[in-house]
Amino acid sequence: MQTAVSQPGLRSLFRPVFDLSLCDGCGQCARECTFSEIRMEPRRDKTVPAASGRACGACHRCEATCPRGAIYVAERPLSLRSHGVWKQPDIARVHLQSASGAVALTGFGADTAIPVYWDRLLFNACQVTNPSIDPQREPMETITHLGRKTDRPAKTLAQNSLLRLSLPLVFAPMSYGSINLRLQKAVARVAKAKGMLWYSGEGGLHEDLYPYADWAVLQVASGRFGVNPSYLSRARAYQIKIGQGAKPGIGGHLPGEKVLPGISKTRMIPEGSDAISPAPQHDIYSIEDLRLLIYAIKEASHYRPVCVKIAAVHNVAAIATGIVRAGADMVYLDGYRGGSGATPSVVRDNVGLPAELALAAVDQRLREEGIRHLASIVIAGGFRNSADIMKAIALGADAVAIGSAVLVSCGCHGCQRCHSGKCPWGLTTNDPVIGERLDEDWAVERLSNLVDGWHHEMKEIMGLNGIYDIGSFRGNRLILRGVGLSEKELEILGVRHAGE
Amino acid sequence: MCGIAGLISHRYRKEDGRRIKKAIVLQNDRGNGLGAGYAAYGIYPAHEELYALHIMAATDTALEQASSFIRHWFRLHHQEAIPVWNRRIGDHPYFQRFFVEPGISPAHRSAGEKSDDDYVVAKMMLLNKQVKGAYAASCGKNMGVFKGVGTPMDIYDFFLLDNYQGYCWLAHNRFPTNTPGWWGGAHPFNIVEWSVVHNGEISSYGINRRYLESYGYHCHLQTDSEVIAYLIDHLIRRHGLSIAEAATVLAPPYWATVERMADTAEKERLTMLKVIYEQAMLNGPFAVLIAHQGGMFSLTDNTKLRPMTIATGGGYTYFASEISALYEMEENPETVTTPRAGEPVIALYDQGAAATAKSADHRR
Repeated sequence: MQTAVSQPGLRSLFRPVFDLSLCDGCGQCARECTFSEIRMEPRRDKTVPAASGRACGACHRCEATCPRGAIYVAERPLSLRSHGVWKQPDIARVHLQSASGAVALTGFGADTAIPVYWDRLLFNACQVTNPSIDPQREPMETITHLGRKTDRPAKTLAQNSLLRLSLPLVFAPMSYGSINLRLQKAVARVAKAKGMLWYSGEGGLHEDLYPYADWAVLQVASGRFGVNPSYLSRARAYQIKIGQGAKPGIGGHLPGEKVLPGISKTRMIPEGSDAISPAPQHDIYSIEDLRLLIYAIKEASHYRPVCVKIAAVHNVAAIATGIVRAGADMVYLDGYRGGSGATPSVVRDNVGLPAELALAAVDQRLREEGIRHLASIVIAGGFRNSADIMKAIALGADAVAIGSAVLVSCGCHGCQRCHSGKCPWGLTTNDPVIGERLDEDWAVERLSNLVDGWHHEMKEIMGLNGIYDIGSFRGNRLILRGVGLSEKELEILGVRHAGE
Repeated sequence: MCGIAGLISHRYRKEDGRRIKKAIVLQNDRGNGLGAGYAAYGIYPAHEELYALHIMAATDTALEQASSFIRHWFRLHHQEAIPVWNRRIGDHPYFQRFFVEPGISPAHRSAGEKSDDDYVVAKMMLLNKQVKGAYAASCGKNMGVFKGVGTPMDIYDFFLLDNYQGYCWLAHNRFPTNTPGWWGGAHPFNIVEWSVVHNGEISSYGINRRYLESYGYHCHLQTDSEVIAYLIDHLIRRHGLSIAEAATVLAPPYWATVERMADTAEKERLTMLKVIYEQAMLNGPFAVLIAHQGGMFSLTDNTKLRPMTIATGGGYTYFASEISALYEMEENPETVTTPRAGEPVIALYDQGAAATAKSADHRR
């Protein structure tokens, strides 16, 4: 597949603007810009930065690193004359593809105007009859157990097969290769420190991460990268990846240029060779095949829990019941707005369904079939804050996975060029030079702070609803009310309208 | 806010409703006249092996439909109007009681309804759902629930509770807040042998209800307290938990407390109960009193945001929201205590007392 990245076409939507009265011509911005938008040119008695106006994606790296505060990134005042149908991205993409004949790629999660149902849901709160609880003074507990449970007391709890989290939050799969090894290490360190889980993605497990394998859910994806006997004995749990929210139904492709020595060793492929993950797993052509793989992994891993990750698609509820009945201990649903290091725009923006609807439908269907206790639901796909997370818990999620928020926490400004390998913040690149920009300890601090802040807010939301244990919040849809939603949307979400 | 009172004779000594009335009327300020009710055990000795269905129906059509529903699913032994005195309360539903046994033998029932109790539960759920305007107020053996919209005094007089002889009584005075005050929404809530009176709010109602729905319990009475009766039935009768374990499920200790425990079998059992019954846990402020064929027990939330006090004396245990109400039932109690937050207090009938009580009934 040919790819087209920042080919000349329309001028970019954004550009850095320089205040030359503040600029001392140090050239920092030009060095920081990995897309060559900025170059230094002589003017009268000094050297000053100049913008090409062709490559700026609003990553804000220059603005953030300018020692004199002399730069801001601006939207072009008139990108194109306004048109009700043909907007700038439409015309830009036609130009781009006309120049290249290639599939247009993008990164990050979908930026379309498809409704974000989290924004149409409001929480309840206690007033008078039911006292709220102050989490600063009273116990407030968020301990969460993921995995297969019995529905009534058994001889033992089989605690080994349950994953105990201190809060219902996990780090979504982002592979070594798609993200910087330093970032993956930071994620793993925070997961361990906070009693969370981190998912490896399909890039294998780098040996630097072995100490964090007890908090890892390692992936077995269609490319089987890095899967070997040691890989299958090391982790806390395993994940079979069927699909991804940003690219349901298609495979993945790590270009050969990004397959550097470390990645080559971890993925067990030659340096410089393309790492291609086929669209389907070539040993899974049916639900029976999935069952075989689930039990093959269980056998190989001494019965560690197995999670199956699927993209949210139209008949997700039926698929999820099949997955649970096939023996999965967790179902991981990745919604429409899920992020990606590289995905065709046409797929990201046009395929799948929002996480909210998928979650509501799956939770309800598993209950109706009396098999909800057999598997936990982990939901992912564009979670932005603690309110989104708690709304998902109230809809019925056992835990929420965050990926894009991890990147944003460590500097990402959402420029959507993860696929370029030139991430100016050093996040989605393993380029030996740019990758140095990310400091692992700094990333650990940022991520820890984010988790702490959200954890506090989650407890506040529980407390203001008079609930001291997350278990009474989970699946408690009466806590939510919809605003401005149709009856059909409310029916699928299983919530009442505000005022009812 | 609501008021609660209960009394139980450990030796099955029977009495009419006057003592329990005094205890609940004293707590008049805990209600607002929009709901009160009583449950009495041991009141139907002539039919003690039969399920006594107390049906309330908004219209005579609903009553007729409920009656034919019952005749369709049950073998009816006796049916009568529940006597009422309606000079003070004019606007009220019809009340009728049916003494029945399941009309289908276990071999011909569906898988979830093999036991008689399961059968009765399933049919009462169906009645509440299917027969518009008719609801089962109670469906246990040798017991009945009498409840409605009014003050505790109004409802006592309405149902002529001087005329019943029971060895265990529950009473409730309601101050409805989150849900309407209507006859079906008054307490006690009953399912087969379990009757529940509740003071408080159930913040976990949304998930408790969804949890119960996957086991065939459906909430039709618009009051959060309804789930407590079904949860108790589900946990104790169906899943075989002891009363103490069921109390642990409903008001579990904090994880922080569990983690401090030594690694014993008890800790493992507690952890298991907390994990698998997460959705059955009650959150929010509550004090509940539950009567059943084996006795009575109380439970509060684990920060004890609603009161519960208990007295013993003369072969009785007394429960009430307020200590003063205990003294209305027993002037000289041997002990008066208040349980700690989350601590259940379990009062059971004396071993061996049952046979004596039953033969006494036969003599009457």
